[in-house]
Amino acid sequence: MSVRFTKDHEWIKVDGKIGTVGITQYAQAQLGDIVFVEVPAAGKALKAGGEAAVVESVKAASEVYTPVSGTVKEGNAALPDAPQTVNEDPQGAGWFFKIELSNPGELDGLMDQAAYEKYVEELSH
Amino acid sequence: MRYLPLSETNRRDMLAEIGAGSVDELFKDLPKKALASARFDLPKTMSEIEVERALGTMAAKNMNCAASPAFLGCGNYRHHTPASLDYIIQRGEFLTAYTPYQPEISQGTLQAIFEFQTQVALITGMEVANASMYDGATACAEAVAMACRVTKRNQALISGRVHPHYRDVTKTQMKFLDVDVECLAPDPYGVEDLIGRLTPDLACVVVQTPGFFGHLSDYTALGEACHKAGVLLVVCVTEPVSLGLVKSPGAMGADIVVGEGQSLAGPMSFGGPGVGLFATREKFLRQMPGRLCGETTDEDGRRGWVLTLSTREQHIRREKATSNICTNSGLIALAFSVHMTLLGEAGFKRLAELNHATACDLADKLEGVKGVKLLPSAFFNEFAIALPKPAVDVVEALAKKGVLGGVPASRFYPTYPELANVMIVCATETNSAEDQVKLVTALKEVLS
Amino acid sequence: MTLPATASGHKGLQFEQNLIFEQDTPGMTAVDLPALPTSKQRLGDVKRSGSIGLPGLSEPEVVRHYTRLSQKNYSIDSGFYPLGSCTMKHNPRLNEKMARLPGFAEIHPFQPVSTVQGAMELIDTTARWLTELTGMAAVAMSPAAGAHGEFCGLMCIHAAHDANGQAQRNVIIVPESAHGTNPATAALCGYTVESIPANDEGRVDLAVLKAKLAEHGDTVAAVMITNPNTCGLFERECIEIAEAVHAAGAYFYMDGANFNAIVGRLKIADLGVDAMHINLHKTFSTPHGGGGPGAGPTVLSAKLAPFAPVPIVVKAAEGYAVEEHAGFGAAKQALGRMKGYHGQFGVFVRALSYMMSMGADGLKQASGDAVLNANYVMARLSSELTPAFEGPCMHECVFDDRFLKGTGVTTLDIAKALIDEGFHPPTMYFPLVVHGALLIEPTETESKAALDQFVTSLLSLARKAKEGRAAEFQAAPQLSPRRRLDETKAPRRPVLRWTPPATDGAKQAAE
Ligand SMILES: Cc1ncc(COP(=O)(O)O)c(C=O)c1O
Repeated sequence: MSVRFTKDHEWIKVDGKIGTVGITQYAQAQLGDIVFVEVPAAGKALKAGGEAAVVESVKAASEVYTPVSGTVKEGNAALPDAPQTVNEDPQGAGWFFKIELSNPGELDGLMDQAAYEKYVEELSH
Repeated sequence: MRYLPLSETNRRDMLAEIGAGSVDELFKDLPKKALASARFDLPKTMSEIEVERALGTMAAKNMNCAASPAFLGCGNYRHHTPASLDYIIQRGEFLTAYTPYQPEISQGTLQAIFEFQTQVALITGMEVANASMYDGATACAEAVAMACRVTKRNQALISGRVHPHYRDVTKTQMKFLDVDVECLAPDPYGVEDLIGRLTPDLACVVVQTPGFFGHLSDYTALGEACHKAGVLLVVCVTEPVSLGLVKSPGAMGADIVVGEGQSLAGPMSFGGPGVGLFATREKFLRQMPGRLCGETTDEDGRRGWVLTLSTREQHIRREKATSNICTNSGLIALAFSVHMTLLGEAGFKRLAELNHATACDLADKLEGVKGVKLLPSAFFNEFAIALPKPAVDVVEALAKKGVLGGVPASRFYPTYPELANVMIVCATETNSAEDQVKLVTALKEVLS
Repeated sequence: MTLPATASGHKGLQFEQNLIFEQDTPGMTAVDLPALPTSKQRLGDVKRSGSIGLPGLSEPEVVRHYTRLSQKNYSIDSGFYPLGSCTMKHNPRLNEKMARLPGFAEIHPFQPVSTVQGAMELIDTTARWLTELTGMAAVAMSPAAGAHGEFCGLMCIHAAHDANGQAQRNVIIVPESAHGTNPATAALCGYTVESIPANDEGRVDLAVLKAKLAEHGDTVAAVMITNPNTCGLFERECIEIAEAVHAAGAYFYMDGANFNAIVGRLKIADLGVDAMHINLHKTFSTPHGGGGPGAGPTVLSAKLAPFAPVPIVVKAAEGYAVEEHAGFGAAKQALGRMKGYHGQFGVFVRALSYMMSMGADGLKQASGDAVLNANYVMARLSSELTPAFEGPCMHECVFDDRFLKGTGVTTLDIAKALIDEGFHPPTMYFPLVVHGALLIEPTETESKAALDQFVTSLLSLARKAKEGRAAEFQAAPQLSPRRRLDETKAPRRPVLRWTPPATDGAKQAAE
């Protein structure tokens, strides 16, 4: 089970046909205190790169794009009432949604951990 | 020049500090050609007394409603404002502050906005209200835009009893967006059927109470039908004093209430500036336009207020913002709020009763004038009458007799000949019994 | 010295003040009204039932309430307010007096036009000042504020393209440094926004703009540029920009929020501008009132003028008339109506009172002093702070946060420390293209002594930061009516109105 990353700072962890998606540690730090999260409803069909969720801090708002195409299985129902979870545990309890992949091949176009770390390093320069 | 504190010595010293030879040198980035050719055919600086004379002369050319009996409404109302109101809003700390971006030193404005939001929510019967829009008409346009966002539909239906300026501003604002705005014909007799026109494609129906021609309507049944069809009910209120006496839009099932607060805020000022009221249900909060003030605490745990939920707004969301509004109507909202505070529950209700009673009194008197017919049966402080001749001519003739008698409907509906003889008349607590007699006498003369 | 705790919570002249809802004496009112005439009600079946929930207070309580609230505000009347891009200049009281003349305040928008010839004259005279100062063909008077003026200008542009068979033009090019209202307004017109970056000098890069114009070809509707721009700099290549925009078949919209820097010196018509809004509440001294109202008349070139929204005041031999309906008379091609009634009339009175007071010569002196003050502040601060761009600047100067590098102090901290120094902080973190921006606009109505005091404070803060005294900043402000407020809590659990506290009985029932 490996984790993959996008240039927009989403991560996806795939287990069988189901991927769990969230935003990275770097993204949450850039946003600051998160005050609002909107997650997609189960059953929603998404295309890779399409808008899937919304995340907002006091002074910034950002869309969360799905790294892969598929059908949403579940939005993280705990987030809207506890958006700070995204700050506290972005790559764990702060996940946004689970998606059933329709084209697992899309994963190949994403970065692995090492590539993403390098990408973030370059951004901070 | 009395507004400029720098002396010539100051200017010289400052230029030396900057290392520039002249002020003109600081403008070196401006195109030489444009600088050289600029000539302004405009007067030179004037003293206070000269400005007062010039503007005083202009002002004196107008017939003003404080000096002549006036019965004009149609969205803009003359009410009495307590003396303390104007004193309060002229305090420099309110008048000359900017938008409260630094909450630590803007708690006065912020607390006043919080109180305003609460008052607007209470009188409209809604859950939340924002810090104001430009005016009622632009607030109406924003409500339609918001209804489209909420429902993800792009059609709106506007009743023929909605103020024609609200209708026109909404149509203009939707002009280049993919939104169809259907406007019903003027409805002076209050007969239009809205429920029968609801379709599953509609984002919202826009109605007004009291209506443009004065009608009081209960939109509860319409609200229920709207909600069955997934349509939002937008209710406009151009005369908020009415809310002291009549059922609130919220109680009728409104989803968005917009209105004009000028009537309670202060002088008519030829129609501007006013203050747009905007209230809705909490579940639509994130689709609201405009600023919102919310409660929080400071580092010492003391209660305080901040502008909040700003991610909806242009300075953060830019092209995805819920509206482009930045400067709103802060001071007029304050005036509205101060007046509401002065009135309180008892005064607000009593002011509404007094308006209604005065208007009923006038209606009784006008019904006694030969050839005059009252159109609506139920009204608040404004009603339409049918005259035996064109209302434009009657209004002009009344003005010559020193009475501002009403507004001809044809001013808004020039292409509806059936409205040519309709005049809209308003009476508020500012119209004394003598004023009313003057109107009735003058009208009798004009019609004879 | 630590401050003593007080039983009241007040601190000398700093008062704690409850909400009006917490000062309720049921049935009380501050407004005594005359007796009701006897007449039968005609309300039908829509009478309100039950209570509204408004509190009752007496007049002295209300006056004290608002007096105390006012004392928690910073204002231009009380101090230096260098909020960049907002033009916090002195608001003359003469303007207020003029707006309150009964002949202006007590007139109704739907009086017969024959009875409001003075009001028409006022609008027409204000319009004439604005067109003469800009050299433009016409002005749409009704927009309610800057953003509304942008909307007016872009809608005129849209209407003009549509009339010329250019309806495919759907892109607005906007610099990244633009104010948020620019892209938000473009979206309201159904346009998509394309951004262009600023060059190292903080200005539009003509080559980049030309490339962008070429890329989007005949889909570009307009280019929207603030000038002087949001970095406080004049776009030197403005005329070349206009030429490139026109060559591409697009229109040039200039955001005139910063018109105060150049007023009385050149005519923007000579720069090739097609439309520009003027914030009367900035350049022409009308008060901001804690958020508004403003007015945003929009000057238009001859090509756009026919599309201006109603109402349109028309001067005829027998006096003034007004065309209130699009599609008729002088408004044959008008795009419609943007605002109720006749625009922000009361704001026009104030602006005209100011323009007449200043005169053409005074306005030129004002822009000169505004620019002089900004350059003076920039020169004096440059010893410790880091200017984002090379000068001279126009009416405002912008610093980035390089001078704070490694100090642990942020731009926000500096701003909050300035509050304790008795100053309103400058605009922070705007424009977005400047890292940790501090945008300082002193305006022309500040004396040299006031500027010197501000400079002394800001320099001392910069030194303090560099001396490693970051902890002192984090506690700031300490002397204001409130310390830093929790802006995270407010949106997480929004409380946007007062609600009555649960009574003991209700609390018990709930438990
Ligand atoms: C550069 C710029 N453009 C537009 C605006 C919007 O003007 P207004 O607040 O009057 O709508 C502002 C004001 O804040 C501004 O600074």
